[in-house]
Amino acid sequence: MTLLITIFAACITTILWYKNAPNDSMNLGFLALMYWGASLMWMCDAVFEYKELGAEFFAPETADMINDGFLGLSVVALGMVIWIVRLIVKDPKGIVRKTISKSIK
Amino acid sequence: MACFLVPAGEAIVTIVLTKAFKSKEKAELEVSKEEIHEAVSSKIPFSKKLSWLNNMLWGGSALLAFEHVWHGEVVAWFPFLTAMESHDEAIAMLHEMSTVGVSMAVLVTAVWGIMAMASDIIMKKQELDEVSGLEPIKVEDSLED
Repeated sequence: MTLLITIFAACITTILWYKNAPNDSMNLGFLALMYWGASLMWMCDAVFEYKELGAEFFAPETADMINDGFLGLSVVALGMVIWIVRLIVKDPKGIVRKTISKSIK
Repeated sequence: MACFLVPAGEAIVTIVLTKAFKSKEKAELEVSKEEIHEAVSSKIPFSKKLSWLNNMLWGGSALLAFEHVWHGEVVAWFPFLTAMESHDEAIAMLHEMSTVGVSMAVLVTAVWGIMAMASDIIMKKQELDEVSGLEPIKVEDSLED
């Protein structure tokens, strides 16, 4: 579930990045790479788990699925928080700087 | 258990490499601005490509670290990894790092390698298209002359 949710997040972010490319003022490329990195790592983890469990890997318990689903959503949320913090710190459009200087005046 | 530590370790190495390549490229740019301008316009700098790998490794490691916190495998107090509390679990953790962790790092690096190669091929193709697009104009110009 966690892997699936992260792959969906990576795909959606990549589509949004592609739609706006070559303009990447929102740093969506960073978010897409972050989700893809995590997806690849979990994919690796899933392969090892499949090797260990066999077909049982595809029939998880309901409680495990719900827990993994919550984890997946939390991971996506954490990724977005990291991306937003980086966006505000880097401030590629200069919006934060303009807002602060305006509020001082 | 602690498989994310292997890609995180690789990320530290790639960050150092990115900084080294960036400063090297900057120094080259100062030596001959025009030559480098031509090179940059037709090829993506290696430091830029390395930054893609950095983002994948750091991002992936951070999100995986969160998963380990979720499962109670990483804690806020020393030794930070619950597997370090017993000898058997520590051995199992090291085994997982050497198998799953190394595979994760290799897979991410392999995908990055494919991305870097594909970007080079795309840039070369674009360059060739531009050159082939210019040729008929040159022939027409020469005919008119």
